[in-house]
Amino acid sequence: MYRYDEYDQTLVDERVRQFRGQVARRLAGELTEDEFKPLRLMNGLYLQLHAYMLRVAIPYGLLSAAQMRRLAHIARRYDRGYGHFTTRQNIQYNWPKLEDTPDILAELASVEMHAIQTSGNSFRNTTTDQYAGVAADEIEDPRVYCEIIRQWSTLHPEFSFLPRKFKIAVTGAPNDRAAVRLHDIGLIMRRGDAGETGFEVIVGGGQGRTPFVGPTIREFLPKKHLLSYLEAIMRVYNQLGRRDNLFKARIKILVHEAGAEKVTEMVEEEWRHIKDGALDLPAEEVERIRAHFAPPPYETLAAAQPAFEEKKRADGAFATWADTNLAAHKVPGYAIVNLSLKPVGGIPGDATADQMDAVADLAEHYSFGEIRVTHEQNLVLADVRRTDLHVLWRKLRDIGLATPNLGLVSDIIACPGLDYCGLANARSIPVAQRIGNRFADLKRQHDIGELKIKISGCINACGHHHVGHIGILGLERKGEEYYQITLGGSADQDAAIGKIIGPAFSSEDVVDAVETVVNTYVELRQNGERFIDTYRRVGKEPFKERLYAAA
Amino acid sequence: MALQVVTANRIGDGTVVYLTRGGGWSERIADGQVSRSDEERDALMAVARAKAEIPEVVEPYLIDVVEEAGVVRPVRYREEIRAQGPPVHPAFGQQAAGG
Ligand code: HEM
Ligand code: SF4
Repeated sequence: MYRYDEYDQTLVDERVRQFRGQVARRLAGELTEDEFKPLRLMNGLYLQLHAYMLRVAIPYGLLSAAQMRRLAHIARRYDRGYGHFTTRQNIQYNWPKLEDTPDILAELASVEMHAIQTSGNSFRNTTTDQYAGVAADEIEDPRVYCEIIRQWSTLHPEFSFLPRKFKIAVTGAPNDRAAVRLHDIGLIMRRGDAGETGFEVIVGGGQGRTPFVGPTIREFLPKKHLLSYLEAIMRVYNQLGRRDNLFKARIKILVHEAGAEKVTEMVEEEWRHIKDGALDLPAEEVERIRAHFAPPPYETLAAAQPAFEEKKRADGAFATWADTNLAAHKVPGYAIVNLSLKPVGGIPGDATADQMDAVADLAEHYSFGEIRVTHEQNLVLADVRRTDLHVLWRKLRDIGLATPNLGLVSDIIACPGLDYCGLANARSIPVAQRIGNRFADLKRQHDIGELKIKISGCINACGHHHVGHIGILGLERKGEEYYQITLGGSADQDAAIGKIIGPAFSSEDVVDAVETVVNTYVELRQNGERFIDTYRRVGKEPFKERLYAAA
Repeated sequence: MALQVVTANRIGDGTVVYLTRGGGWSERIADGQVSRSDEERDALMAVARAKAEIPEVVEPYLIDVVEEAGVVRPVRYREEIRAQGPPVHPAFGQQAAGG
């Protein structure tokens, strides 16, 4: 993985020193909250309902075992023994003390981590496919370009005061696991006519109160032009993005109001002036960064692993897990292992310090010492020998991380909601827990098949509800929690924004409503159809009828 | 006249606190000084703002409350959760102390 150079380390250490001074001045009363707030937000420190909250960046979701152990240590020493992995492949701590945050940041810096640009109107953590570099369907490892983008966008002087936050996602595979069409800029690796690789460029996707699936503004961009093209997009946005209205300041609004064609024209025009200039990616630099992501020393193994197949035959529970939580690895004899952070009735994305330590150990033993965080709030060990899977599975079971529910009805994304979040209208986590309990029967979950439920506690959509197959949005009505259901959203290569199905449900009724939707699908589905396929075939009417028939 | 109390988060650890009758801060809403008129409300906020300058707390503000049988409770569910702690973690916050 990428290691800091001297420049990176100095910058991060310097920032910790500055923040230590700022916190001391704040506590001494020399800085008012108005003065201090922008400073703490630049370092990922929010104030939530019950406490401060610290958001730590995990660049493109990749962690070493040592970093994971440090995150565990921070949870134990400075927080309440757990952390929350988020849809942006980051981690949040819910209970840090202000006076401890400089020490926490220093601990992070010692393992090449920080909380810079996890808040505010800046470039946020560039996200990617959690299977990057190992996926069987991948064209090229996108992390190389994530890292190039990270370096270009970190503390970029021209873009330190963007109209609004800015999120970039990159995928190297045609099957989109990074929701790239729902980002300010999405990049998909494509092959050009001569077989060379480049990017499809998507601009103006996003969620929040006005969700859009981003349009493609360029079908193919040769790789060496990546930064000049991004810079051209940013210049157009910086000039034209609306600063007068917070709700209209995202680039998606600009693309929507001006039209994709117009924006494309402006970007291309701007690009003409800067392409083939200083921002061209020199091949040596790309290779230098690529070396950081060189494949680990895989063994040469046979694709067929009889011992693994034998274990599956002998142990039904193992087989269920293997069929659900593994993904195809590009190297024969290896598998990608998903660790579910969605135990039945648990809090989506939460992990205890002990679990984090155990995962770090397992990563070292079985997966070359690396861990990935997924945007669906799970963890991944990306490089496991198939012959090790059975042992690994038993160890994961011991620490509660082997729930075989990846992509199923209980693999729910939920934002912190009103349990923690100052902006929330309603709780999200308890709804996820109740749905998990309702569908606790794993056999039933497997029968239902792929189904993505996503829950947000307010219209900011941190829980991706717009792109849930079933989306749930928390509202407040006369002091009570209500939940609006959307159907038919999707975050993958067929990205779509879900449609509101009808009037909102009370907290008491919302789980029944979800079950009614699921049952309706089960009745209507034809051979092999997933929920989303059936929905696309029959539309929302049959669901609506069933949901509101009694009313 | 709506009944109100002043709440804020403590500067050092962010803990939810309420301005008390004695002009201090308590983690229990039951200790909060209830304002019953515009004048009382303005006076409470003036005290709270001065304390935010020190700084003892962050961003003090008023919340509506009801008094039932001498017990003060917030009107909004959001404030109930702030007063009690996150419902998903019954061991955290005032709910653990039995309210
Ligand atoms: C608890 C503190 C949080 C606060 C105060 C917060 C605030 C916000 C706000 C204000 C927006 C809307 C931005 C806009 O439309 O311009 C937003 C969007 C978003 N947040 Fe959060 N958020 C929080 C937690 C989280 C968490 C825990 C996650 C990940 C699970 C997350 C992921 C996102 C995502 C994915 C979006 C929408 C994507 C987009 O910007 O288009 N946020 N958040
Ligand atoms: S969606 Fe709303 S409630 Fe949920 S974390 Fe984001 S801002 Fe908070």
